[in-house]
Amino acid sequence: MPAYNFKSMQVVPPAKDFIDIVLSKTQRQTPTVVHNGWAIQRIRQFYMRKVKFTAQSWNEKLTQILDDFPKVEDIHPFYSDLLNVLYDKDHYKLALGQLNTARNLIDKLSQDYVRLLKYGDSLYRCKELKRAAMGRMCTLMKGQDASLKYLEQVRQHMSRLPGIDPNARSLLLCGYPNVGKSSMMNILTRADVEVQPYAFTTKSLYVGHMDYRYMRWQVLDTPGILDRPLEERNTIEMQSITALAHLRCAVLYLVDVSEQCGYSLAQQAALFHSIKPLFANKPLLVVVNKTDVRPLEALTPEEQALVQGMAEEAQRISNGGAGAAGAEGEASSLLTMSTLTEEGVMAVKQTACDRLLSFRVELKVAGKRIADVLNRMHVAQPKNRDPNARPPVIPPSVAAARAAAAAAGGKAQRTRKLEKELQEEGGGAGVYSADLRKHYDLKDPAWRYDIMPEIIDGHNVADFIDPDIDAKLAELEREEEQMEAAHQAEMAGVMDTDELTEEQAADLAAIRARKKQIVAGHRLKKASASNRPVMPAKHNAGKLQAAKLRAQLGGMGIDTSAAEARLRERSQSRGRKRSRSEAPGGDGDAEMADAEGTTPKRIHSSKSRAMSRGRSASLAAPSPGRGIKDAGMANKAVKLADKAQRKMNKMAKVGEADRVIQSKMPKHLFSGKRGKGKTDRR
Amino acid sequence: MRLEKCWFCSSTIYPGHGITFVRNDATTFKFCRSKCHKNFKMKRNPRKVRWTKAYRKLAGKELAEDATFEMERRRNRPEKYDRDLVKKTVKAIERISEIRVRRQERFYEKRMAKVKGQQVARDKQQLEQEIHLVKAPASLVSDKAQQKSKEKLKVAVEAKQQKQKQQAQGADAMQERAAVQLG
Repeated sequence: MPAYNFKSMQVVPPAKDFIDIVLSKTQRQTPTVVHNGWAIQRIRQFYMRKVKFTAQSWNEKLTQILDDFPKVEDIHPFYSDLLNVLYDKDHYKLALGQLNTARNLIDKLSQDYVRLLKYGDSLYRCKELKRAAMGRMCTLMKGQDASLKYLEQVRQHMSRLPGIDPNARSLLLCGYPNVGKSSMMNILTRADVEVQPYAFTTKSLYVGHMDYRYMRWQVLDTPGILDRPLEERNTIEMQSITALAHLRCAVLYLVDVSEQCGYSLAQQAALFHSIKPLFANKPLLVVVNKTDVRPLEALTPEEQALVQGMAEEAQRISNGGAGAAGAEGEASSLLTMSTLTEEGVMAVKQTACDRLLSFRVELKVAGKRIADVLNRMHVAQPKNRDPNARPPVIPPSVAAARAAAAAAGGKAQRTRKLEKELQEEGGGAGVYSADLRKHYDLKDPAWRYDIMPEIIDGHNVADFIDPDIDAKLAELEREEEQMEAAHQAEMAGVMDTDELTEEQAADLAAIRARKKQIVAGHRLKKASASNRPVMPAKHNAGKLQAAKLRAQLGGMGIDTSAAEARLRERSQSRGRKRSRSEAPGGDGDAEMADAEGTTPKRIHSSKSRAMSRGRSASLAAPSPGRGIKDAGMANKAVKLADKAQRKMNKMAKVGEADRVIQSKMPKHLFSGKRGKGKTDRR
Repeated sequence: MRLEKCWFCSSTIYPGHGITFVRNDATTFKFCRSKCHKNFKMKRNPRKVRWTKAYRKLAGKELAEDATFEMERRRNRPEKYDRDLVKKTVKAIERISEIRVRRQERFYEKRMAKVKGQQVARDKQQLEQEIHLVKAPASLVSDKAQQKSKEKLKVAVEAKQQKQKQQAQGADAMQERAAVQLG
């Protein structure tokens, strides 16, 4: 677990809930129905399944818990020590061990009872066996209640442990309580640790992160340590000790010169010397805090000596236990700062980080694996291909500007007004609209603000723009003249020899007009025939027809008197002029009356088939105005009329418009089984 | 702002009209109205649809290639703005349009000239075949009727001649007036 994130551990339920969970799972996910009358094998199977399933569920859940919790031996010693300090390693291991035992016992139980179930001979017996099995498993788990509760609490606390990476670059802040460790933490990182005037405000380790030199650094804030022998330390102090002991980091031992923390300098020095062994092999810095209240110079000589002593000791430890003050200088391990005014804090940070970096690099270089890294690294130096020097080129204007600036001293004066300044003057961002045209590079700067037409008469002006437009236009004009001349010549040559004379043109126009008339008349007839009742042709006979004849044929120049006379003759032979003109609407009656009146009595003879014609047969010639050419046609017409009438009479219809349905549900359509076609398509 | 040409019927598309269709291979088609758009969707070939300019140019019914069309060509390299050039261009556009219109008229006249003879022949044929609709065969026509029809024709011809004379006079008068104005 390199990330050491204990947040993803599953919740450990208390015993009662645990039992409920498992039993309800069994109830839901195994079959629930069993009958007395089933085959015994089937009954046995049913109950065995239940027992096995329950045991399996227990197994699964317990295994998950046991896997979630970290094994104290397998994790980084810092974390294992921390767990020990916080939760007591023995208790922890014991709890987990008990769960493990419970798991094994449950497995054994399930095996035993399944074996017994194999020989169950009735439903009742099998049921009781299953009950016993599950009862024993649940009682087992009830006994684990204490362990489960403890583990749940451990889990909750562990999930809130700070995510400290033991191998990352870290700075550790330690010292007496109220010395200023948490304040420094707040300055260095984004962590918001509580800072209060009472001791032991910080009760556990806190991690903050910061960036320095493009790298991530951890800053660890510890609870304060008191000067006590190890055995007497409480849990809170032990956390700091654990961190000091196991993490390879730069240690900053904070000292409060103003003694506002409530501990004198002597006590702080004493503490320093007592926990010296913990600082072994770590870059150590003694940092003097709260110098705004009492600067280092204001110390008495004894106190100065104490502080110097600490600094020298620190130096010695940093150099790995080697000789006293090294070549760097004595006070390099001693730094001053004030977390209130924040002066010196950054210097402290830089020094500490640099120290740790160099320390880590040394370690890596001294280690075994450095050879691999070095073999893979190669820094390439470009070789000069010829001895010519190629200094950087600075344009003369820039060089002159720089010289002028240097001579003027200080920042270079800006000669040009920025667009942004113009914008601010003009009313700000939303109000001012920048003039984008003022820098247009045109032949004549007066053209900068021209508005050019884009569209003229349905053409794009841009499509015509051409620097040689003059020449092209001139050529076009020349061409145009030539073409016009040629065209005129051609058109004149084409003589209109074959034109029609005026008389012919008039005749043609008359023909076309007459044709239009005829077509219009036909169209009218066609259209009106289906929409309006048509007056039978016989009513047209007589005066109207004669007049039309005279008009049309007379107009053409033909003498129509003979034709008119013939017409009159035909119409007079009927002799019914008056009665017809009086009753124009009675078509059908007039026809029937006509037939009866004029025709002679019908001859019916049953002797010869040829003579027997039936009711509707008629021998007389039909009247000329009916539109029927001979007697045969007339008989046919009568027969057709009778036929149409028969259907209506059968349906008991009053007329054509009578839409009564005699039977709305004819049986043959609504009954019977489905044959080849479906019911709705019989 | 540009005036585009409809892909189907080649008419100008003014801003705010029509539809632009962009295919998956990034070819764009602009249509002036839904008629052209729907025809396109039906996969009709504009060269076969008779009312489009594409068909008319292909079938030789309109002027297809001409120097005036070359003068109006979409240029992809913009020229730097030059006021004099733009002035000249604006005047030139008018003149070029006039020339183009005149050339199209000439083309039309040429085309119709060919057809005129055919039209006269057809008229004469119709006259021969369908004269029975207005004139009776000579055998049936009475003398009186013949005289009447001749008179009618004379009157009609005279009226037409008078009309033509008046028109000619009118044109002369207009020309004189125009000359006076200019002078």
